[in-house]
Amino acid sequence: MNENIKKIITNEIQNNDVCLFMKGTPDVPQCGFSMAVSNILKILNIKFKGINVLENNELREAIKEYSDWPTIPQLYIKGEFVGGCDIVKEMYEDGKLKEKFKKEKIIS
Amino acid sequence: MAMDKNEIQKLIKEAIPDAVIDIQDLAGDGNHYSAKITSGIFKGKSKIEQHKIVYNSLKGKMGNELHALAISTKEKNNE
Repeated sequence: MNENIKKIITNEIQNNDVCLFMKGTPDVPQCGFSMAVSNILKILNIKFKGINVLENNELREAIKEYSDWPTIPQLYIKGEFVGGCDIVKEMYEDGKLKEKFKKEKIIS
Repeated sequence: MAMDKNEIQKLIKEAIPDAVIDIQDLAGDGNHYSAKITSGIFKGKSKIEQHKIVYNSLKGKMGNELHALAISTKEKNNE
């Protein structure tokens, strides 16, 4: 992974409390899994930055290496990789996601 | 790009011998699967670590030959 793209990723996750690397945008997701995570964040009223990896093929590959995770979407909260669609869905269903956002003081 | 259900099963079983695996072909197209995996190996590990073990068992096929695999992992306790 080149240093430039690594810097872009680090900047995004440091400057945005909640960061979602996704296919498409929060308004127009291009993949069902990205849509599912984006919708969960919307339901919880979370302000988040959606980063469309389809706009940048280099980023699309780099984020997989960065997180050591082979699929997209990928959710970061306060700089920490939380998981992909399955984990986020599970955490949403058992209330752990909301707990996490409260703990990180992103929602009250 | 598609992958056979039995091949997925075989790869997971090779990496996690005690796994109880339930794979469903969600769309009937050999491209969208769900896998429920129960194993003692998951004990004490975070969800991210558990899913990584499964991804690693697929030897780089995830996101390539295999487009979509919804993973659900569970710890096996009765051992």
